[in-house]
Amino acid sequence: MRTVTIVGASLSGLYAARELRAQGFDGRLVIVGEEPHQPYDRPPLSKDFLVGRADESSLALTDADETAGLDAEWLLGVRARGLDARGRTVLLDDGRTVPTDGVVIATGAAARRLPGDGLAGVHTLRTLDDARALRADLARGSRAVVVIGGGFIGAETASSCARLGHTVTVVEAAPLPLLPQLGADMAAVCAALHRRSGVKLVTGTGVAALRGATTVTGIDLSDGRTLPADIVIVGIGAVPNTAWLTGSALVPHDGVLCDDGCVTALPQVVAVGDVARVGGVRAEHWTSATEQPRAAVTNLLAGRTLVTARTVPYFWSDQYDSRIQFTGRHREGDTVHITEGGITEDGLPGESGFLARYEREGRTVAVLGVDRPRAFLRARRELQRERRRDEHPGQGRRTPETAVL
Amino acid sequence: MIPVCRLEDLPEGESVRVPTVPPIAVFHTEGGELYAIDDTCTHQDASLSEGWLEGCLVECPLHAASFDLRTGEPACLPARRPVRTHRVTVEDGVVHVHLGAEEGTAA
Repeated sequence: MRTVTIVGASLSGLYAARELRAQGFDGRLVIVGEEPHQPYDRPPLSKDFLVGRADESSLALTDADETAGLDAEWLLGVRARGLDARGRTVLLDDGRTVPTDGVVIATGAAARRLPGDGLAGVHTLRTLDDARALRADLARGSRAVVVIGGGFIGAETASSCARLGHTVTVVEAAPLPLLPQLGADMAAVCAALHRRSGVKLVTGTGVAALRGATTVTGIDLSDGRTLPADIVIVGIGAVPNTAWLTGSALVPHDGVLCDDGCVTALPQVVAVGDVARVGGVRAEHWTSATEQPRAAVTNLLAGRTLVTARTVPYFWSDQYDSRIQFTGRHREGDTVHITEGGITEDGLPGESGFLARYEREGRTVAVLGVDRPRAFLRARRELQRERRRDEHPGQGRRTPETAVL
Repeated sequence: MIPVCRLEDLPEGESVRVPTVPPIAVFHTEGGELYAIDDTCTHQDASLSEGWLEGCLVECPLHAASFDLRTGEPACLPARRPVRTHRVTVEDGVVHVHLGAEEGTAA
């Protein structure tokens, strides 16, 4: 393999580049990125960056030394427009073509939009440019902020806006925020976190329309109410960036379909990060984006699937001075027990946080920690060990993929 | 020199956070050694005293960056910058931390 092209210059694309060099690939490495920026870390955008506690330089995922060591051709500020049927040429928006032997698809996901969201004052929060625009808008004095969507981006952004002194309302279509991720009991704790910080939570209703001629003035809820707003932040999830693959041999279905080792229908094309549906699961987790490239690159260089990238999901969220950490997979019907710490009468995390275990058929399938990092880490390790035992009943045997865990 | 705690209150495999500015984490390894490093991960805001101790390495509880307690150097990504190390002594059964020299500043 003489040339490998990584399409996508964010977290998983950068990790793929590191893995290619670490695993001995010494050919031509091309990295295509739609954004003009060198790879940067997105999680702080809704938190420390928005409140001004972190500047842009602290977001950098790499530095000049490392970039030089990677010895890659960076094509930044240009979007990939297509992949030819054999997966041997990447077509760029500016008309250039990149002939290649291997491809790593790392195009991520884009913020889901609302009809009519072109009004001034309406924001999404996914990229550095999004965050810059929102930060500038929030700096123009105390505003009425409405956040549409009570998921992680919505909750973190609402938390940051409240910290900056704005009047904040969160609109969530489900009866509670983070319901599918955490289940009802624990979602109620997150709802309490919003309210404790003076953020108004409007649940069980969708959004019918955004109001305003050129600048947003409010939103119409589907239950008939209207909320005034100077700033609206749309945090209703993300869609994988696969449109550019139309016409290739890959048929996306909520992501690029891959086997357990991130290999697509074409053996010399792998996919990693938010855009990849690995073994039937697409995870928009920071940790997945850093873990998958190792297996993906091994398989790409081997030309077949040697190792798998299946790991126990893990994500975290910082909101309202609480650190929420979750690992495993929750399903409706799991029973939830608080095994350490506790919840106050107001439904808030106790002073030393808590640890909750999700159980199904007598086994722990997921763990939630709120302000309890040490206990959470122990529980997360346990879950990883159990998973390894399930997949490799031969005690103590180490395989390449278990090393990834 | 900052007194931290009595040695018997810091069993092997445990760690403690010293609320200095910036905070310091003191570790008692399974091998019986005592180490002190800056507590805040150089990648993002997380307390290493709450991390996973294995041999002379501590893994950050948030993103699994790992640091060598002996040198402060990151052993793996996502951390790329070292943490400062500090000397630890035990005097009359009390663990003390001696703040590292300024030239060891991680930033």
